Formats: sequence, C-alpha cells, structure tokens
Amino acid sequence: MKTTTINFIGNRHIALIFSGLLSLASIISLATQGLHMGIDFTGGTLIEVGYAQAADLNVLRQKLNAEGFEDATVQNFGTAKDVLIRLKLQEGVSSADLSTRVLDTINKDVAQPASLRRVEFVGPQVGDDLAEDGFLALIYSSLAILAYIAWRFEWKFSLGAIIATFHDVIVTLGLFSILGLEFDLTVLAAVLALIGYSLNDTIVVYDRIRENFRALRDKSTEEIMNISVNVTLSRTIMTSLTVLLVLVSLFFLGGATIHNFSLVLLFGVFFGTYSSIFIASPAALMLGISPADLMIPVKDNSDIAHLP
Amino acid sequence: MGNNYTVALNLAPTTPSWLQAIGAQAMYLGLDLRGGVHFLLEVDIDAAVKQAEERYNDDLRLALREAKIHYQNVSKDNGFIKVTLKEANDKSELLALLSKEFRGLSVTEPEAAEQVWLKISESDAREIKKSAVAQNMTTLRNRVNELGVAEPVIQQQGENRIVVQLPGVQDTSRAKEILGTTATLEYRLVDTEHDVQQAVAGHPPIGSRLYYEKNGNPILLDKRIIITGDQIVDSASSSDDDGRPSVSISLNGIGASKMGKLTQVSIGKPMAVVFIEYKNETRVVNGEKVRHKEKVEKVISVATIQGVFSKRFQTTGLDSPQEARNLALLLRAGALAAPVDIVEERTVGPSLGQDNIDTGMMSFFVGFALVVFFMAVYYKLFGMIANVALAFNVVIVVAILSMLQATLTLPGIAGIILTVGMSVDANVLIFERIKEEINNGNTPQSSIFSGYDKAFATILDSHFTNLVVAVVLFAFGTGSVKGFAVTLIIGILSSMFTAITGTRMIINWIYGDKRVEKLSI
Repeated sequence: MKTTTINFIGNRHIALIFSGLLSLASIISLATQGLHMGIDFTGGTLIEVGYAQAADLNVLRQKLNAEGFEDATVQNFGTAKDVLIRLKLQEGVSSADLSTRVLDTINKDVAQPASLRRVEFVGPQVGDDLAEDGFLALIYSSLAILAYIAWRFEWKFSLGAIIATFHDVIVTLGLFSILGLEFDLTVLAAVLALIGYSLNDTIVVYDRIRENFRALRDKSTEEIMNISVNVTLSRTIMTSLTVLLVLVSLFFLGGATIHNFSLVLLFGVFFGTYSSIFIASPAALMLGISPADLMIPVKDNSDIAHLP
Repeated sequence: MGNNYTVALNLAPTTPSWLQAIGAQAMYLGLDLRGGVHFLLEVDIDAAVKQAEERYNDDLRLALREAKIHYQNVSKDNGFIKVTLKEANDKSELLALLSKEFRGLSVTEPEAAEQVWLKISESDAREIKKSAVAQNMTTLRNRVNELGVAEPVIQQQGENRIVVQLPGVQDTSRAKEILGTTATLEYRLVDTEHDVQQAVAGHPPIGSRLYYEKNGNPILLDKRIIITGDQIVDSASSSDDDGRPSVSISLNGIGASKMGKLTQVSIGKPMAVVFIEYKNETRVVNGEKVRHKEKVEKVISVATIQGVFSKRFQTTGLDSPQEARNLALLLRAGALAAPVDIVEERTVGPSLGQDNIDTGMMSFFVGFALVVFFMAVYYKLFGMIANVALAFNVVIVVAILSMLQATLTLPGIAGIILTVGMSVDANVLIFERIKEEINNGNTPQSSIFSGYDKAFATILDSHFTNLVVAVVLFAFGTGSVKGFAVTLIIGILSSMFTAITGTRMIINWIYGDKRVEKLSI
C-alpha cells in the first residue's frame, strides 16, 4: 500500500457530523428502548434443550401454559432442534427448582424427551451484583486507561482517546439496543475488550502524531495530524482486518452461545477503526492540542512565548 | 456388578501416557466445556446470629438457675435478650456471671434497676457469621463427597456466598436437594399421661408438645429430646426385615450413653422419631425478596421400646428408599450451621459441552488459517516469519494456561482466537515501519533495525491498554468471563515476546550479516 494523502483532518466535519448523528441515535435508542438485558443482570431462568428432530415450539408453549408458566418465552436457539426457554423471576414462586419443573413439564407424555443442554438460573440479588460489578469494571478500566494515557501522553490526547472510545462503546451498545440483541455477561466482557482494542488503535495514531510533532517542526498541527493518520493508515486497516478475520470465523463457527460476544467485537472493531482514523485526532485537535504540549520542557522561555 | 451400580468414566483423563509420565496434566476445562453444575449458594448468616441468640437465651436461663439467681423473665426482644430479675440486688451477681460465662454478649443497663439488656456484640456476631459460613463449607464438602463427584470445587465467594461446582453432574434436582436441605432426626419419648385432644384444643400440657404423625393423627411428645441429629456419627440407608426403607444409625459416645440410660428405664414405653426438615424458599413478592423458611416436623415412626439399645439401631417410617438414602446422607454429612439458598445455577449438559469444544476448535483453526494466509500474501516472507511467531504464540499461551492449571472456558477459547487476530498487530506495526523506512530511502538492514526500534514504544503503549482492560476484567469477572480475561492476559504478554523477539531472531537468521538488496516484505 502506498502512503496515502487523504485530507482526514480537513474534512473532519463530515465525520464528526456522521458520528454525532450516530451517537445521538444510539443514545436515543438506549434511553427509550434500553438494552435487552439477559438474565445475568435481570435474574430469571433460562433453559436450553435439544431435540433429535426439529422441535414444535407451539406444542411446547401450550404445555408450559397449561402448567402455569404463562410468561415463558420459547424460541429456537441456533438450530431448529435447539430450544431456549426463558422465565422471568416469578412473584410468589420459589425459583430454585423452577428448571426441574419446566423440564418435567415439557418431557411429560413425550416419546423422545428433550435432552437438557443448559440451565441458567440467576437470583435477583446475584443479578444486581453482576450488574454492579460489570458497571464498576467499566468505570475502573476507563479510569486506569485514562490515567495511563494521561501519564504517557498529555491530557488532551487522553481526553481525545476517551472521547473516541466512548463513541465506539455508545455506538456499539446503540446498535445492540436498536437490534434488540441480548446483553449478558459475555457481551459485557466483549465491550470491555473492545475498550482496550479501540484504544490500542487510537494510541498508535497518537504515538505517531507525538513523534511527528517533535520531528516535523515546520508543519502546522493540522498537517502533522494528517500525515500521521495517513502513514499509520495501512497499519490501522491491516490490524483491524486480521482481527475481523478471526471474529468472522468466531461469529459463523463459534456456536450460538458466543454469537453476541463476537458481534459486539465485530461492531466494535469496525467502529474502533473508524474512530481512530476519523474521530480521535480531530477530537484532540478541537481540545487545542499543539506541538508545544508535547515538547520536552526547555528552560528557555522563548520557546513557549509564541503560545496563544 | 448388578443393576445398582453405574460406572462413570466420563471424567477419566485422556492424556497420553507419555505425557502423564513427564508429569503433564490435561487442561483444566471449565464447566461450559466439560458439562456440569455450578451453584452459587447464599448463606443466611443473619439466621445464624438469630440461632445463636436463641442458644444464648436458653443457656442464660440454665445458667441463672444453676447460679441460683432468681429471675422473673428472660426474653428476646428486637435483637436484645432482656433479663428481668426478681430483685435488683442480684444484679451484681448477674453481671459477674455474664462477664465470666457470656463474654460474647454486650451489656446495657436500662433505667429499670432490675433489668439488664443483652445483645450479641459486633465482634461476636462477626465471628458467628464467619464460622457459620466455614461450617457450611465443611458440611457441603462432606455432602458433595457423599455424592461421589470427581474434582468438585467448593469455594467461598464474598462474605456469605459459596460456589459449588460439580463437573459431570447432570441430575441437578438431586444435587439441589442434597446441597440445600437441612434434614435431621430427633428422638423423643411419647407422652402417654395426658390427653391428646386437650392439646389439639389448644391446651398442651407443660412439658409436652403436640406433633402430628404422617397420617395426620395428633400425638403428644415429651419436650425433652433424647438425642438429636448432632449425636449421629454414621448412618446408612437400609431396609428392615419386612423390606421397608429404613436408616441405620450409629451414635457417638454421649448419644449412646443417653440412649442406653433412657431405654433401660423406659422398656415398654413408646418412643417417637421426629423427622425435621427445613425448607428454604426465596420468593419474590412485590419485587422484594422474601425468604420463606419452613420447618417441617413430622413423626415418622412410633415404636415401643422392646429392650435396651444404645449405639446402633434402625429407624423406619420413611416414604421411599430414595428418602432413606437422602436422609442417611444428610445425617452422615452433618447439618448446615445456617440455611443456604441457591441464588445462581448454571448447568451445562455434556452434549453442549462437547459442542462448545468442537465449535471453539473449529473457529480457532479457521480463524488461524485466515490470518496466516492473509499475512503471507500481504507481507510475503516477513508475513511467513510473523506466522511462525504466531504459531509459537498459540503454543505458549496453551502451555502457560495448562501450566497454571487455569480453567479453559468457551469465552477463554474465544480469547485465544482473539489473541491470534491481535498478536500479529505488533508485527504489522514493525513491518509497516520497515516499509516506511525503505520508502524513505534507507538500506534494508538499517530499515529493519529502525523499524523494530521505532515500533517498540508504540507496541508497548498500545498493548498496555489491552492488558489493563484484561486485568480489570479478571478482577471483576466471574466464571467463564474470568477465563476470557486469563487467556487475553497471557496472550497479550506472550505475543509481545514472540512478535518482537521471536520474529527478530528469525529475520536475523535470514538477513543477518548479509548484503541485502531487497526485502521480501
């Protein structure tokens, strides 16, 4: 790949408007629709059963209804032979042995009983705790990274990186919200991994900007940023491509349980790549970054005399 | 071996013998890959404190009586044990007694001179809670051992939660029954002197309590317990001469001598066996979690004492051989110090476990092949070198995981796959830099040198963010998510080694000390 000379920074407004709209749509969806939280966070029971042939969901629903499991949702999972039954935490009903009763219900009077593939029961307290832990993990990882970048770079960069990363997380969550996909613990783990990944991309670009701020003294901040984004462009795309390759493989071949996990990362890597090219540098620029911020302090005051 | 035996070999290791010979162990697979049950139990530690309060209440009365301190009333009220003395003058004696024998109680003296209010002190309550959890762990361990599960995991989590993992177990209902219930036996003499009907009408005689038999008949039993489940040291399910399910009991020394003494003087009198079961249920009512605790007491058998017995005897009256087996197991394993609640359950059937391994492996190999192909096409010889490093990286990650005996989970496999995609990143950074240097007109050798040199700081910075996130994930994650974090951490660290040092070594082998006109990059 020849080094490109695309004017990313000069055309930053296009990207910013696009991202602004995307983030706004995401926030609106998150605020109105919210995330479809899995039982990890809401509490409840989830039962996955497997049949030798394609399962008749209506029969299962009728059976469950007849036994008083009115709020059970029954759907296929991955293949037509696998069925996922979800139950909310029920008022006035003990939840510990719910899964046993559901299994007994659907296996009543059938020649070929379903085989139990998976049961997940999460009590209300545990759900709250998992949600709290997940939230704390988000906060702490953001803080730790903020501190690291602030230490290694400069606060304007670190804020810019956080803006870009936040953008990726919001948009990814927004897509999840719009598509109504289930958000569970593994998805949360993927979101955290995405934070790390998205920053990784951004940092490579920032690193080059910092280097060029020191090397190319006769160029404007905008020019330096453009050069830096362009020279790192092939790397940014290459790395994202290799990650996307494994994620596609994981998405299509990794089985239904890991679907949403790989989907978050697919979205995330895509937006992370986009944001490190189009958002991260303009963000730092708008925060007023200039070569002077990164100069090794010189005793001679004339060096900073031209500062606005 | 007959029909009563099942031989389970599903957890036998398949490690080749030559690997076993050098001390190698199989990867430790998480429950989502090998199948099994994961329970999170919550210990009701407040109930343990309440029980202690009850004990203090009883012990206090006894101690007061023994010390001949006359009291009007000892009662529990709102977390306090309130002692009302007959005479205020005895107070100093009472306080002396308290400081000698009841150190766990903190004393408050209210305005009324003849009263003393007692409360379980903070430190004592903490100790009670701690030991309740510890004792429950022991009991659960015993019970799990009784179930015959290979490689169970029983760990405390947080202040009052216990994780129980039972690999290979699918019969979750039995596992739940065994883990969660508290069942025990009590032996009492039957009160034959008083009228049962009067007790049913609401006037039980002092010294006796009204019970009901299984068939619903009321029966009066002596309030004094001959022996409780605590004195049972061993028990086994069996059947009596008529083939009815029964439990054979062995008592400890104290229990045996009590039983011996009593049966000596009570030949011809009826004795009752009370089966006590605590059932815990947590129900959600109006969005609030309400613990519903039910103590089920039923008289399972009444028999006339035919002769003197002490240490060993049989109890019948159980509904089914299954009930006899469960009761025997529970008696053997000991009682739970405080009730437990299952607050989380995750069961994975063996078929799903195997599927997870298969799909995980499949997506790994395909993902790996894609990356290898892509790198080879784009970076030619350098790409191939990066691929060799990538293969080594995978070997190292798996080796370290196995060495640490870290648990491999499905998200863990996903983590390894992700590492494959990300670990070539360092090489991409280096190679792009080398290309740049060549474009800037530098010689191949110096380009290689400065490529590695300049990319290093960037690699360090960019990988560190991933590492930070992985560590946070490890700290906050539970179960399978932790597995993801572990593979990510190991993958990031080892990829820095293979992608920088490893490729550098190979490149030096190929290009080192030579006049190179053009690089295959």
